[in-house]
Amino acid sequence: MSLLPDTAAPARAEPATIEKVSIVISKGSLEGVYPGLIMANGARMEGIDANVFFTFFGLDAIRPDRQSRIRVATVGNPGLHLPTLLGALPGFSSLATRMMQRRMEKLDIPPVAEFVELIADSGAGLYACKATVDMFGLEQEDFVPQVSGIITVGDFYGLAAGGEIIFT
Amino acid sequence: MPTTTIADRVVETDAEGFLADPADWDHALGEEIARANGLPELTERHWQVIEFLRYRYLTTGTAPSIRSLGKESGVSVKELYQLFPRGPAKLAAKIAGIPKPHGCI
Repeated sequence: MSLLPDTAAPARAEPATIEKVSIVISKGSLEGVYPGLIMANGARMEGIDANVFFTFFGLDAIRPDRQSRIRVATVGNPGLHLPTLLGALPGFSSLATRMMQRRMEKLDIPPVAEFVELIADSGAGLYACKATVDMFGLEQEDFVPQVSGIITVGDFYGLAAGGEIIFT
Repeated sequence: MPTTTIADRVVETDAEGFLADPADWDHALGEEIARANGLPELTERHWQVIEFLRYRYLTTGTAPSIRSLGKESGVSVKELYQLFPRGPAKLAAKIAGIPKPHGCI
């Protein structure tokens, strides 16, 4: 008898499909917000149910007073391949953000406010994290109307049950 | 390219059933593809989206994103998802006989 595990591939049925995703957006920079939004929109386009849970600075993406002020992090972002001191110059983050936004517009990627609306219209649920909302002293009125509610982590897990959770 | 028989005609498709040549398409073919994909009946609103997709593809060479579909087809994003529940952009493109859209948006 061999001590090695049986390497024969088990018989498989049809490959499983993803039916539901619950995406957490926890960062408030441009590069922190967009991946989650793109994944949520992409899920709905494939007919996959989607929930988006905004927490910590990710809440900026659903605050009408902040949506248009979300910027690229030019300090502490090695992916930009720029000296940190250069990234810290006044106006540099705005410049990098404008460049990025122009490129995104060319690819038909909407600005944050419009994107959030598009995702809500596609039938995804948008939620704000209660712990952060309380910590920042915010209320439902501080968010765009597409936000379905302020929910606890427990509620989030309830909504996510049976699907995949993606943390960004 | 695999061939498929749709509405009594043999047409070339890709592996997922998107028509290889949009010129093979006609309304009867579109209706048949819709039926095979869970849409037994196409309304005037469905046709508006389908005609817009074909127009955009045949004039620009690319299928519109869900964003421009919602802005320019005359059918809102909300309604697009009601009309084509399992993914409006791709399902509508399939019914419209144009290649599968490749964008992420």
